[in-house]
Amino acid sequence: MAITDDVLVIGGGLAGATAALAATETAPDARVRLVTAKQSTLRHASGLIDVLGYAPGSEDHGHEQGQKQKPIVDPFAELDTLPTGHPYERVGGEAVRDALEFFDDIAGDAYAGGHTDKNALVPTHGGTVKPTARYPAATADGLASDDRDALLVGFETLPDFEAPLAAAHLEAAGAPFDARGVTLSFPGIVRDDAKVTRYAHLLDRNERVASEAGAGEIGAREALAAAVEPHLEDEPRVGFPAIVGDDRPAAVRESLADALGVDIFEVPMGPPSLPGLRLEDLLYAALENAGVRVTSGVPVVDYETADGAIDHVIVDRNGAEIPHEAAQYVLATGGLVGKGIESGRERVSEPLFDCHVPHASDRYDWFVDDVFGEQPYARFGLAPDRELRPLDANDDPEFRNLRAAGAVLGGYDYAAEKSGAGVSLATGYVAGTRAGEESE
Amino acid sequence: MAHDTTVLVLGGGSTGCGIARDLAIRGVDVTLVERGNLTGGTTGRMHGLLHSGGRYAVSDQASATECIEENEILRDIASHCVEETGGLFVQRPEDSDEYFREKLAGCRDCGIPATVLSGREAREIEPYLAEDVARAIQVPDGAVDPFRLCVANALDAERHGARVETHAEVIDLLREGDDIYGVEVRHDSGPGKRTHATPGTTEEITAEYVVNATGAWAGRIGAMADLDVAVRPSKGVMTIMNVRQVDTVINRCRPKGDADIIVPHETTAILGTTDEEVDDPDDYPEEQWEVDQMIDTLAELVPIIEDARTIRSFWGVRPLYEPPGTGTQDPTDITRDFFLLDHAERDGVGGMSSIVGGKFTTYRAMAEEIADHVCAKLGVDARCVTAEEPLPGSKDIAVLEEGMDSFGLRSPIARRSKQRLGSRAPDVLEPAEDEANPVICQCEGVTRAEIQDAVEQSGSDLNAVRIRTRASMGNCQGGFCCQNMANELHPRYDEQTVRDALDELFQERWKGQRHALWGEQLSQAMLNYALHATTMNRDNDPANAPAQVDYAQFDGGA
Repeated sequence: MAITDDVLVIGGGLAGATAALAATETAPDARVRLVTAKQSTLRHASGLIDVLGYAPGSEDHGHEQGQKQKPIVDPFAELDTLPTGHPYERVGGEAVRDALEFFDDIAGDAYAGGHTDKNALVPTHGGTVKPTARYPAATADGLASDDRDALLVGFETLPDFEAPLAAAHLEAAGAPFDARGVTLSFPGIVRDDAKVTRYAHLLDRNERVASEAGAGEIGAREALAAAVEPHLEDEPRVGFPAIVGDDRPAAVRESLADALGVDIFEVPMGPPSLPGLRLEDLLYAALENAGVRVTSGVPVVDYETADGAIDHVIVDRNGAEIPHEAAQYVLATGGLVGKGIESGRERVSEPLFDCHVPHASDRYDWFVDDVFGEQPYARFGLAPDRELRPLDANDDPEFRNLRAAGAVLGGYDYAAEKSGAGVSLATGYVAGTRAGEESE
Repeated sequence: MAHDTTVLVLGGGSTGCGIARDLAIRGVDVTLVERGNLTGGTTGRMHGLLHSGGRYAVSDQASATECIEENEILRDIASHCVEETGGLFVQRPEDSDEYFREKLAGCRDCGIPATVLSGREAREIEPYLAEDVARAIQVPDGAVDPFRLCVANALDAERHGARVETHAEVIDLLREGDDIYGVEVRHDSGPGKRTHATPGTTEEITAEYVVNATGAWAGRIGAMADLDVAVRPSKGVMTIMNVRQVDTVINRCRPKGDADIIVPHETTAILGTTDEEVDDPDDYPEEQWEVDQMIDTLAELVPIIEDARTIRSFWGVRPLYEPPGTGTQDPTDITRDFFLLDHAERDGVGGMSSIVGGKFTTYRAMAEEIADHVCAKLGVDARCVTAEEPLPGSKDIAVLEEGMDSFGLRSPIARRSKQRLGSRAPDVLEPAEDEANPVICQCEGVTRAEIQDAVEQSGSDLNAVRIRTRASMGNCQGGFCCQNMANELHPRYDEQTVRDALDELFQERWKGQRHALWGEQLSQAMLNYALHATTMNRDNDPANAPAQVDYAQFDGGA
């Protein structure tokens, strides 16, 4: 028996979740389902919502590494200047604004930055800064474009973040405040290779740990504050790597802030990234509230067409092949990292529907020699029309009722532009809205 | 005339370091100069095969005999750099029976232990061998870590008083009349030397005797004193797989051919190779067809390679040489033997010899012969002991294996740390017992203590740290750990130095990945790029920008 929905979204990252939420909002009576094959790539993501940090394709070729251009102050003002084929150009600047507003509503207090069109500059765990449009509440007091002095605290068992080095790097990057860094040992961490979630859970649960002063056991939050306190001079804010709580980050920050009398912030980190996982939790809570049916761990393995449209797809549920049919489909399976785009020695492809992926036939034309040069592979993905329907090699839509969103789209380099989350939101929003409209 | 040093060795590869060690132990005052890192030329760009001699048992029996002798010596003096994998010469149905018989007879003539296995027996040892493999000859091939072996020689030379100067490129040979008396080097601003010597300065180093052990670059050095050293550099590609598909060295049993060997190496397997003459050892094409050929041809022996993940490819240049007038066309046919060119006898110019040809497995024997020659020139009467004296780190590996958990490391990591460090493990790991010793490189299981030890040895050069520890050489190719390795340089080195060292390592890691950019590794490359550009903004770091960013224009918070 086929499972029947109005809208079927394939892929459970930022783009897929946004598409499903937008479809439900547009067509409240529609049955919307989201299927995901595996963990989303949000665990790799910093949790920041970048819209546009640098103009695409305007860099000077043959530049010295790392010397390109200045960050964009107002990303929304730049949206109309993007080259044809860029996902933002496809959906238009207004849709990007709408998508950000949509996100702000979903995120509520968990994210900040919506009070202005301007980008914020956020410290990175390497120590420089990056432009971003929205940032988690945990990072709100940590902006580098905020001129208050800061103490950065690293831990000797967390080699990803070397706080004194990050502080020196911020100075080299011209940050408008004094930053100092100290490296401490984290109270209650006994293994040198404990996972980041262990740090977060110690604080979440305020577990009892041995007190530094030898006075028996105290709560982990209190112990951490006591370890930091002697190093604090008169900085009004203290930054930690992004391990400050997993389920209850606001409460942990508040305890630390009360104990130290300063504002507490997190510096976003690389994978596994708690801010990325918190964003994932937020999205899935929203999907549940909106009544979207979510089925995880099930890959789409095949499909059937009728009259130039997708009739149904086949989903593999633990070995059983179940047909899923819907009026409208959204493909949000990710790019090279999420495996929505695959490659072999001869060819780059989209594995579910074999949609056309423009690419050079010689794989030695897929890259340039400067690791941070204009990398053709970074732009691999589907080329859509303005409705976000993937186009075939003749520029005709592959299927009447298939739209694509997020990193499965090509024609932009999200890493260089710092536009990944923004493109996922904007194209997810537009693809989901259109799918919702047409499903009725 | 007073000299700065008695013997000056040019080149920090296996030959140069071997000569420096040999002479230093004999009490000779030695200086070694190397233009880049140790192993930076050919030594660091080989497939890591410790020859049994089987490969040369038909074509070049003198080399084969020398290989098996040196193979046995290295297992003894450098056990921590060698993995005794064993090797198979595998015959496919289309490969000649006659050659198989010649190979077997050749091995026996040269004293190489050789056993014939049926196809089924061979597949019992290596289950991924192709179903139609007919039979195989089992020989004592092994895997050797050229980086550690070379570094161990240099360390031992230093222990015996030698000066080892890396990032010091020879820019001129000092010649007066018919006598060469030293070199002029330029200290580079290169990695690891930033705090050791003033970048851009030059230094004249005078010596009683100069040994040109620059391999494929020997012709270039010779030309500085108008000497003709006709090295014929020949390139070969090596492709690294993400896992060990085989635990035994797999050779194709046929007369010659490209893509005929797979060497298991630590957590990876290395496919090799090609043999093609090039004009310039520093600038030659690295081509796609070479990589494709490795995979396509070696999949005939081990079919799963066809769809396996390759993590990078690299090329090396052999320093082939043959005496003038030999006129061999195909570089595959040029002898692998080495030649000692005494320029006094050959060109009437005293004070220098050049070493050309040869191969890694027999580096020690070459070094011995050259050291004997130099000692005869200098009138030094001291016996070579390098065949008996263990290299640093090689003693008591069994004792070290006993205390797996004694350093508070998880066992696979402890085991691998100790294998890498050999008998130096207690020195390196003990100081870390009271301090946190987290894993810095997850793919290869390299801990902070090892990174710090390598930094101690090689300064801020993260590529030198890499070759000493294998950090950043696993699946992620440094995407996840380059940054952490760089963090370990601070506060010993300042922020600018750390940033430059990171950029250099990351770019170097990219270089080899370019030849493995499809499938899983392209996916990994995009993830690495996203992590370094999106999350860290290392591609547009304002610290590198010429113009200041006006922070006040940006969102400063609600």
